[in-house]
Amino acid sequence: MKIGITSVFIFLSALFLAYSFSIYLQPLSEKKVLGFNQQKAADGRLIWQKYNCQSCHQLFGLGGYLGPDLTNTISNPNKGENFMRAMIQSGIKQMPAFHIPENELTDLFEFLKSTNASGVADPRKFNTNAFGMIHHQ
Amino acid sequence: MNKLKNNSGQQFLFLALCILFVALLFGVFTAVVYLIPDFLKESFGFAALRPLHVSSALFWIILGASGCVYSALQAITGKLIFNIKSKAQIAFWLFALLSIYYSYFTKQFGGREYWEFNPIWSLPIVIAWVLFLINFISIVRKIKNWPVYMWMWLTGIVFFLFIFLENYLWVFPYFRSHFITDMTIQWKANGSLVGAWNQILYGTAFYLMDKIENKQDVGKSKLAFATFFLGLVNLMFNWGHHVYTLPTVNYVRYVGYAVSMTEWIFFLKIFYNWKKSVSAVQKNYHHFPYRFLMMADVWVLINLSQALLMSIPAINIYTHGTHITVAHAMGTTIGINSMIILACCFEFMAPKNISLFSAKFLNLQFWVLQIGIFILWASLNLAGIKKGIWQMSNPQSTYAEMMASLKPYFIAFGLGGTIITIALFGIAFKLIQWTLKNNT
Repeated sequence: MKIGITSVFIFLSALFLAYSFSIYLQPLSEKKVLGFNQQKAADGRLIWQKYNCQSCHQLFGLGGYLGPDLTNTISNPNKGENFMRAMIQSGIKQMPAFHIPENELTDLFEFLKSTNASGVADPRKFNTNAFGMIHHQ
Repeated sequence: MNKLKNNSGQQFLFLALCILFVALLFGVFTAVVYLIPDFLKESFGFAALRPLHVSSALFWIILGASGCVYSALQAITGKLIFNIKSKAQIAFWLFALLSIYYSYFTKQFGGREYWEFNPIWSLPIVIAWVLFLINFISIVRKIKNWPVYMWMWLTGIVFFLFIFLENYLWVFPYFRSHFITDMTIQWKANGSLVGAWNQILYGTAFYLMDKIENKQDVGKSKLAFATFFLGLVNLMFNWGHHVYTLPTVNYVRYVGYAVSMTEWIFFLKIFYNWKKSVSAVQKNYHHFPYRFLMMADVWVLINLSQALLMSIPAINIYTHGTHITVAHAMGTTIGINSMIILACCFEFMAPKNISLFSAKFLNLQFWVLQIGIFILWASLNLAGIKKGIWQMSNPQSTYAEMMASLKPYFIAFGLGGTIITIALFGIAFKLIQWTLKNNT
């Protein structure tokens, strides 16, 4: 029984490693998305973390629950970069005013352009197939 | 014998209970922000309060799980564990905790959700965990014919280490500069970490069942090994249900969907079989461990039903990003994980003869705790349903209007959290008091 357990354990672990690496290697086969500076977006991700934006806000529905999802806010005709800049600098309700230097703000907005370019987070924009799986419209 | 001084199991459980106090305190503060927006806004702000609560809750579970394993190993081998590795392990944990709280109090973030502290402070946690793994292997390698819980502890410890490191792949620009892959890995790690500590805690539950029954019925049963492998497969592959809405590769979403449908089923069956086999004398002798284990079973049933539904993408689209996810996360961490750790605390920290007054007090706290968890869980689910309807409605009211309409549920949520805090404070205080009394 012990050999059987060990074998299954090793087999599953190997499968898990292969599965993990298939995900780690995804960027190699990704098409280049235009509309933002990739380096600045990667730096902007760090700014997002530095000010802990994820504590209140979500990206693709993942994150905090106090504020709205920001995945596509930068392209929202009623909001956009200027609206977000005003919110960040003046604060609202539970959100305090953040005194973020201009260069960091630029990177942060570049990051939000990259989230926007990656897809649509609005749950109303999904269809369901016969298996119960959801897909973007 | 000085129990706390020479006993790693007691030390980790004691430290975990202390961290539980911190988690509860900041949990209440965090809930207050939902009701009073200006509460601690300029001093801490929600950005610091939330990680203070969430990270502390995770540390309670991780340290508690470490304490459970050490306490059980001490009982199995009949020897106290207090060697250089366990001493260094606790020293690294103390260093990590002090640094992380300093990081939060001074608002030096930089990490990601659940681990928002400056990433440098994850290093002492990694070192402490490596020491835990080495210590564990050096103890269990002498034991032949492992029961299932040894496998589960080994799996939980090894995979926690791997996944915790994976959780920091974002420090490399290769990963960070590809947003979708980066998010996929982030939620792969978050999902699998839960699976890793569940392996340790469910293993502890199986160990306690055998100990209470005074047999090895559960630990060597085929059903338990089936549960172990089912849990392992879920640890590895079920996390895809976190990212159904993320435009990641399709196979991740389908694998997550298929594996999620198999979750936890055998675990319930084992509890059911075991409950029938425990005698009245054994239940009485292990009164509180038994009660906490049985309540963990009830919360498994509730959370299992919810998890299965939430894992169906067509339903998940309504629950994703809503407070239903929080209800599920809090229901499992408090209802299942904490119940198992508390069962272990009572088995190893409480005296065998509890006074009538203490027993009555603890019984009361036990039931108050369950009521608190139910209020918290139900209020979050109701808030989540309302948000789910809002996010699928067309046209939508504003986010602020939707949040304002959830206020009655947030009041109930705050009430539930306060009740849980009062009950857990009472239970943890009693356990700490016994431990300290035993050392004087």
